[in-house]
Amino acid sequence: MPSSITSTTTAEPLSPAEVAALRSDFPALAQQVNGHPLVYLDSGATSQKPRSVLDAERDYYENRNSAVHRGAHTLAALATEDFEEARESIAAFVGASAEEIVWTSNATEGINLIAYAISNASLGRGGAAAERFRIGAGDEILVTELEHHANLIPWQELAARTGATLRFIPVDDDGSLRLDELDDLIGERTRVVAFTHVSNVLGTVSPVELLVARARAVGALVVLDACQSAPHLPLDVRALDVDFAVFSGHKMLAPTGIGVLYGRRDLLDALPPFLTGGSMITTVTMEKAEYLTAPLRFEAGTQRVSQAIALAAAVRYLDAIGMDRVAAHETLLGRRLTDGLAAIDGVRILGPVAGVERVGLASIDVPGIHSHDLGQFLDSRGIAVRVGHHCAQPLHRRLGVTSSTRASTYLYSTPDDVDAFLAGVADGIAFFGGPR
Amino acid sequence: MSDLAGLYQELILDHAKRPHGYGLVEHPSAESHQLNPTCGDEITLQLNVADDGTLTSVTWEGHGCAISQSSASLLAQLFDGLPVSELQPRIDSFRTMMRSRGTIEPDEDLLGDAAVLSGASKFVARVKCAMLGWVAAEDALAKLK
Repeated sequence: MPSSITSTTTAEPLSPAEVAALRSDFPALAQQVNGHPLVYLDSGATSQKPRSVLDAERDYYENRNSAVHRGAHTLAALATEDFEEARESIAAFVGASAEEIVWTSNATEGINLIAYAISNASLGRGGAAAERFRIGAGDEILVTELEHHANLIPWQELAARTGATLRFIPVDDDGSLRLDELDDLIGERTRVVAFTHVSNVLGTVSPVELLVARARAVGALVVLDACQSAPHLPLDVRALDVDFAVFSGHKMLAPTGIGVLYGRRDLLDALPPFLTGGSMITTVTMEKAEYLTAPLRFEAGTQRVSQAIALAAAVRYLDAIGMDRVAAHETLLGRRLTDGLAAIDGVRILGPVAGVERVGLASIDVPGIHSHDLGQFLDSRGIAVRVGHHCAQPLHRRLGVTSSTRASTYLYSTPDDVDAFLAGVADGIAFFGGPR
Repeated sequence: MSDLAGLYQELILDHAKRPHGYGLVEHPSAESHQLNPTCGDEITLQLNVADDGTLTSVTWEGHGCAISQSSASLLAQLFDGLPVSELQPRIDSFRTMMRSRGTIEPDEDLLGDAAVLSGASKFVARVKCAMLGWVAAEDALAKLK
């Protein structure tokens, strides 16, 4: 039984009427593409935005726009209040407290922030408090073969800078994590365990509880890439007991340019900064500076105020529906997707399917037909999917393909969207000369 | 003809399925490897030149979409037997056609069957696919000199 998200299946899925009503909140979904109504199945890459989110950003710029955390005027105070209330909203959304939420540009920046802060600690920055983060030769960083490049390359670079060794939990031919190899992979040398909550290629949910327990047993830090889970599943970072978690706003109804790093408070307060400059200091002389506590220590320079406020609006939108119901809706769509794909001759679904917890996302390979060609065929019908390696080259290589075609749903997706995709795949295969 | 049918004409799909010049040789006169990092399409293309300056064959291997594969195949078919001096004008003509967004008539005298790829020039995202083999040929040609 996969851990961590067991409650989602009990919630009531969204009714067709509810989905129809909420779709009218998304202006982009109403358009025609190449003469067909848009079938948007690329939410794993980025989501569409509801009017309330767009309005929140516009309202901020029209009525309260000013610099936060400085200035004595009324607008500055209102902007600061909105900005910090947004932090509280996001904290509540993931089960954290506000001082544990650091704004970033996106999840990629969040992971780089952790990796560079660890690197700075390893150079002695942060003093005795940061000693727990120091790594070097002989230490190990553990990731998985499933990872998006964003949760791989920052660790490769950290290993290269510090002399630590990067190791990974491999997947089997089916795309399942080789948990039987954990005994050899997690040990006293392991200092960081970084893994994705939900695979952006396979749509499968990682065994968070097990991996956290193994990391805890050896005192390693746990970093969770929640990019594909925060938008689609109820997320409680305390219940999952991870040390750090990152996600991106644009995948969960918010604009681009805003992301979130969650860090356990005691860890964030001990971690030296990554980006430095204005707004993150207490006292500065020409020789040195003292830093604010978290989260402001990690927010140098003018912040993404409008985007943070818009992300809070996105979270209000999601909370009004209920993340358990979003998850139930997408579980049904995911099942329709995999059942339908399994019935099409010549289609290989990447990753395990039977008896596995998945979100509404599936990637396929059609031997003999390149994903770009299939994607082009689908686009001619107004069906938007992702093609290529989805920033996960090692996983594709391991599964014996160079690219795949990915359909990914969201709360506004319908069974008709899935059916249009399934028909498009079947017709596309016929168009390109049938399965090989 | 719809844009999609224009993009995937029978000739293109035929070349993608039964490519001309596929398979590398051991000692080419020049070779180039090109990669499209956005989609992972890859090609290794070789020019094999006789002593009199005639291109005896273009040989290549790679993987990618029907557009990139057929384009390399059409190039190989077009270039076989040409004097090396006649390659660059054809590469230039192909590039001009691909950058035109479907606005200019391809020069069939220079491009032969490869003119069929003009349909791909309307799809901005696919221009790089079509160019991959031609960029490899241009790079290999520069190495010859």
